[in-house]
Amino acid sequence: MLTVENTTTWLVTFTDKITQQTAYLSELDQAIGDGDHGSNMARGTTAMKAKLENTAFTSVSELFKVAAMTLISTVGGASGPLYGSAFLAMSKQAEASTEDVPAIIKAGLEGIQKRGKAERGEKTMVDVWAAALDALDTNTLTHHTIEEAVHETKHIQATKGRAAYLADRSVGHLDPGAVSTGYLFEAMLEGDIIQ
Amino acid sequence: MTQAHFGVVIVSHVPELAKGLVALLKESAKDVPITYSGGTDDGDIGSSFTNISQAIEENTADEIFAFYDLGSAKMTLEMVMEMTDKQIHLMDTALVEGAFTAAALLQGGAPLERIMQQLKPLTVK
Repeated sequence: MLTVENTTTWLVTFTDKITQQTAYLSELDQAIGDGDHGSNMARGTTAMKAKLENTAFTSVSELFKVAAMTLISTVGGASGPLYGSAFLAMSKQAEASTEDVPAIIKAGLEGIQKRGKAERGEKTMVDVWAAALDALDTNTLTHHTIEEAVHETKHIQATKGRAAYLADRSVGHLDPGAVSTGYLFEAMLEGDIIQ
Repeated sequence: MTQAHFGVVIVSHVPELAKGLVALLKESAKDVPITYSGGTDDGDIGSSFTNISQAIEENTADEIFAFYDLGSAKMTLEMVMEMTDKQIHLMDTALVEGAFTAAALLQGGAPLERIMQQLKPLTVK
């Protein structure tokens, strides 16, 4: 079950992971994109963290909404509307129920797909969101399953996003959005959210 | 002149690109409300939800043709569209050609239907 407290911890931990890995994320993006995933995500999540720590939320739904709007306004790259759409959809789902965590993640995945039009297997963050959802549904979300899902993107040829321009040269590189999504689910595991 | 019903909004990753295109459009469409958003809040290359919202709200027209350069500008535009009361036609045309066609036709008083018809073959995205 999500609470204001554990959701705050989750997203703050996510921010800290992004901040620690900013250079690595940008490096991954330099190989197959425009090189700014790390700095964009660091700027966005840092602004989000400040908002989360300075606001007294009365609901998880409200928390996700503020997180979404902050990311949309501050990221500056494609990840802004993508993570923003995920959190907006999660905000809506959390309004209905905060008990069913997989349902909230499913809503987030649908939000991303509605915005970015990517399907599973196109070497994007969708691959990790979808794998994490599968694992949540079967109670098997671990650091190992997350790492595996992130690593899987290395072997895929990109057909969505900037990396698609590289065609078969995108093979052999991790997708930066998949890696940052990996941090989101790692943070979730560490956040005492799932039993 | 009465207030124009239709306007144009340009969204580019690059401030100079957006600004330059608007200068080109103004040559042929001096009475059409044209506003733009270029780059991030800090003036770097990227997209800004705030700047795009502002370009749409500051445009004096209620019905807007929106043109963009690349995918993340489109996604940010779509988020703004979901939160504004204005009617936005998001055009997947080549940026310069599409925006120029729309602006020139609007200046000439062409109806919506004819503008859409002429923009259709310029669709590239």
